[in-house]
Formats: sequence, structure tokens, C-alpha cells
Amino acid sequence: MNYPLNPSLYNDDVQQEPIRAGFGRGLKAAGEANEAIVALCADLTDSTKMSDFRAAFPERFIEMGIAEQNLVTVASGLARAGKIPFTSSYAAFSPGRNWEQIRTTIALNEQPVKIIGSHAGVSVGPDGATHQMLEDIALMRVLPHMVVIAPGDSIEAEKATKAIAENGQPSYLRLAREKTPIISTDESPFEIGKAYVLREGHDICLLGTGTMTYQLLVAAKILEQHAIHAEVVHVPTVKPLDEETILASVRKTGRVVTAEEAQINAGFGGAIAELLSEKLPTPLLRVGMRDRFGESGEPAELIKHFRLDGASIAEDIQKFVSETPQYHQGF
Amino acid sequence: MGGQLTLKQLEQKANQVRQDIISMLVAAGSGHSAGPLDLADIMTALYFDIMNIDPSKPEWPERDVFFLSNGHCVPVQYAVMAERGYFPVEELQTLRKFGSRLQGHPERTKLPGLENTSGPLGSGLSQAAGYAYSLQYLEKVRHRWVYAVTGDGELNEGNIWEAAMFAGKYKLSQLIVFIDRNNIQIDGSTEDVMPLEDLHAKWESFGWHVQEIDGHNIESVIDAASMARAISNKPSVIIAHTIAGKGVDFMEYDYHWHGNPPGTIEPEGAPPKSDQARVALNKLRTLDGKITSGDIH
Repeated sequence: MNYPLNPSLYNDDVQQEPIRAGFGRGLKAAGEANEAIVALCADLTDSTKMSDFRAAFPERFIEMGIAEQNLVTVASGLARAGKIPFTSSYAAFSPGRNWEQIRTTIALNEQPVKIIGSHAGVSVGPDGATHQMLEDIALMRVLPHMVVIAPGDSIEAEKATKAIAENGQPSYLRLAREKTPIISTDESPFEIGKAYVLREGHDICLLGTGTMTYQLLVAAKILEQHAIHAEVVHVPTVKPLDEETILASVRKTGRVVTAEEAQINAGFGGAIAELLSEKLPTPLLRVGMRDRFGESGEPAELIKHFRLDGASIAEDIQKFVSETPQYHQGF
Repeated sequence: MGGQLTLKQLEQKANQVRQDIISMLVAAGSGHSAGPLDLADIMTALYFDIMNIDPSKPEWPERDVFFLSNGHCVPVQYAVMAERGYFPVEELQTLRKFGSRLQGHPERTKLPGLENTSGPLGSGLSQAAGYAYSLQYLEKVRHRWVYAVTGDGELNEGNIWEAAMFAGKYKLSQLIVFIDRNNIQIDGSTEDVMPLEDLHAKWESFGWHVQEIDGHNIESVIDAASMARAISNKPSVIIAHTIAGKGVDFMEYDYHWHGNPPGTIEPEGAPPKSDQARVALNKLRTLDGKITSGDIH
């Protein structure tokens, strides 16, 4: 384990920043490094933080209007012409609205288009269920050739943006709207396809993606007071999964929890369930949205209501641990 | 441009392309007949005259590019590409078969020379527009052109009109689109299924330069493309009026042949299934069909 965590991570006044802000910085930096990078937005340029890139490279920014099908298919054509297009909208619209176009003209067509889905998860808040995208992880991870990343904070979002700019593959980056606690540092590693052990433990393995890794860290700290030593693994890349790191942690702990701000069905929890049932069957608790939509409310209020906050997760894990023996296999 | 063949030779080539289409569809046992047949003249004009291409160098950076938006019509593209020398004509017989580079709908990664992957309708035009945007605004290269073909039934798709607005806004003058106006789609006549008219006015109102031509007159096709290239401040659409199934009289105008090859259905007036391929090829070879392409030798 060699992952520098934010030293003030567990403080009440931990620094917070919207994950999308990191994307904005990363895209601008990627644009400085590579002239082939172009940015397309469907009428949400400030909101998705493409505005930094637009200001720096107005000639490489394309305003697409409210037309998400055209957004990704024009991007496919730009990629054919040798460009590296980043497309942004709210995740509910892209990939929500234009999934088939992404499937045919980007994934099957193997074009290195980057799909940035901002405002994912219930923490979108007052806008309500229509705008709280919960199915994007499931939609994107089933596509062959597609890379799927849900960064844990704005620092990691910046690194992930730079990484997908150069990976030559169709890629999906999932961003959250709200201010999110900073869990990492500039020195923390990020590599596509890698998971990171943030905290070691031997009683249970907590796998988090996106904003939920922070909540798992909080939960792990609470659990410690109840003599449950949880290992926390951050899994920013949902596809391809870092099977080696994940399975090693599962093998050690014999009980697993996944957490995501998305549908657990076919989402990150679904991906882990698939992995475990094929390679290392282990009792699993999936934290996330359980086959239901969100609703309007303040972000913190909703996170609590849906039991996605560290305290609720810790309670649910205590129950899970008390009911579930560790499952150690002879591997 | 190509310009290697005389008009008569181009017409003969289009006839050969139609024969290729019939024989490859029969070998495949499935696929679309009407659209590929009626696009034979436009596609022959594009690949043998209009476009600046080199079949031996499909990724040649100076090439003109072609995007097929209505991917189900790909048999005609495969046929013109084979005739033009992108791959052996014999390979046409592998259409839709396991292991073939000639997938039922075109896949760029399978066959060199294809610029896009299409099938689900409405997205090829956007891909062409993206390419044209790159040439005009990012590369600032003015001597290359982006050609696209769409179906008319395909214009039901909302994605098409998003692309139309986009190309109009950015005045993508290197984008030249042919609409195969054959008036049929799977469920019947386009005007019965979902009326498209006034098509001319629709495209004009989106900021496009609009021409209407006889899509079976190769000279008109070449002239219209030339006119479109001369329009420097708008994208161009060429509404090509065509006859579905053109060249095989028992298929002409009949929407039943949209998605079926010879030998699979027997609509009123058609020969018995077992004889359809022979009759169709015979008509093309002897000009018993309605092609006005002059003598075939």
C-alpha cells in the first residue's frame, strides 16, 4: 500500500471541490499537451467545466447545441479525421440519450471519442430523478472496447482526464456535480485499470468507486471503533477492472462491500458480483441505489436518505458482518 | 477527380455493379435489394469519377472520403469498391458470410477503405459532418471533400436533422450529401409511413444548398457534385430521385424488395422465386430492364 491520502481527510473541514472542476483543469492541460484534442459540448459548457478549454482554445471548441445524438456522432467523424474529441453533457443525456450512437459509431467503430457524463448520481439534488443519472455505469460498461472511469475526487478527475486523452480508446468519464471531499493528493497514483488499497484491514473489504470511496473511508473509521477492521480499496476504473488487486483484497478479508452512487444492478456492484461469482465466490453487500430512481432534495439529505453516507454504510456493514461469516477459501 | 472513364463506360460499369449486387445477394441469401440497385449509378459516379481516391492507398491523407449513412445499402458500396480495385471482385461472394470482411452492415475496422460503421440509421451524416468540420476549421484544408449518401426513409430519424442544423450553422461547404429519394421504406411508401415533403424546402430552411436530379443519369450526378463543390458557403444536399430496384423490372417501385434478395419472396408480378436471380441478371445483361445506359458490350 503506497497511496498518499489527503492528511485532513477525516477532518470536518476537509477540502471539497466538485469533481467536474478537476476535469476542466485536466482537459485544458491535455489540450496544451496535444493539439489533436478538441472539445464538443451540448449547451452545458460552464456547467460541465469545458469552459476552461474553450477559453484557452476557442478554435478547438465546438458548440453543438442541445443535440446529444449529433454530439457523439460528429465526434466519431472528427476522430476519423484524426482528432481526439472530448464530448460533454449531463450523464442523463449523454450516454442516457445517445447510447446507440455511442455503441455503433464509437465502440464498434473503435474511435477514441471521450464521453464525459457530468452530474451523475443522486447528489445532483434538487433537479430530481430525471437528471440524477444512475444507469450510466451499467450502460457503458457493457460496451466492448469502452473504458469506464469514475474518479474519486477532483484531483483524480484531472489525472483521469489526462490519461484518457492519451489512451487511444473510447472512454467514459463519470463526474459528479456537488462539491466532493478531496481524498487524494497530487502525488497519489492514478493509472487506467488500477485499483488502490487506501486503508488496510482484515475483517472485510470495501470497494468504492467515484464519490463513494470517501464515504467508505468514513465508514471504515467508524467501524474501527466497533472492532471491525475494514480494508478500503478505491476502484476508479470500473472497466477494465483491476482483478488482481480486488481479488487479493477479497481473498484476505473474506467479505465484500461495494459502493457506488448508481444502480447496483449491472453497475459497479454488478461488475464485482460477476467477478466474484466467476473467480472467488464471496459474500457481498452492494451499497447504492437498489432498483429505484432518486428524487428532489438537498444532496446531503438524499445521500443520507438512500443510506449512502459513511455513518449509514457503517451501520449496514455492522449488520452484514454480524450476519455473515468470513468466507475463506483454499486458494 | 477520377475522370478516367467515358460516360458510356461509367454506365456500363454501373450495369456491372448491378449484376454484382444481384449475384452477391443471391449468394448471401439475405440482404437488401432495392436501395443498392437504385444507388448503382450514384455510387459508380462517386467512386469512378467524382472522388479523388486511390484504391491501393485507402488511408491516403489527400483522399476524398465517403460516408454511407444508410448502412443496409452497403452491397452497392462493396460492389463499386471491388470494381474500383479495393479488393478482388470474387470476394463479393463472401457478403454476410462467417469470417467475411464484408459484414451485413459496414464495419470500418473490418475492411480498409470504409470510413465509418453504420447500420442503425441517422448517424452517418453526423460522422460525415464531423469529418467536414475537421477539414474546414481544424485542418483548414480546402481541396478535400466529404461525400455522404443517406436514404430517404432514414430522414425519419431525429439525428439527421440535428446534423442538418449543425452543418448549416457551420456552413460546412466541403460536405456533399446525396439523398436516395426512392420513395420506399420497409413498411411502404415514404409518404404513407411518415411524409417527408417538402424535402427541398426543409433542407433549404436548414441552410443547405439544394439540388434535385435524376439519380440514374450519371452525367447529372457528376454535374451536381461539381456544382456542389462550387458552393463555398453552405453544405450541399443533392436530392437524387431514383427508382427503387432500378434495373430489374420486377423489383422496380416495389417496397417489398427493400429488405429481401432475389429468391426469397414472390410479390405479385415477380417471376417464381427459383427463377428470379436468373431473370434479374438476364435483364441486366441484355438491357431487358429499364436502364437507359446505351449499348452494353
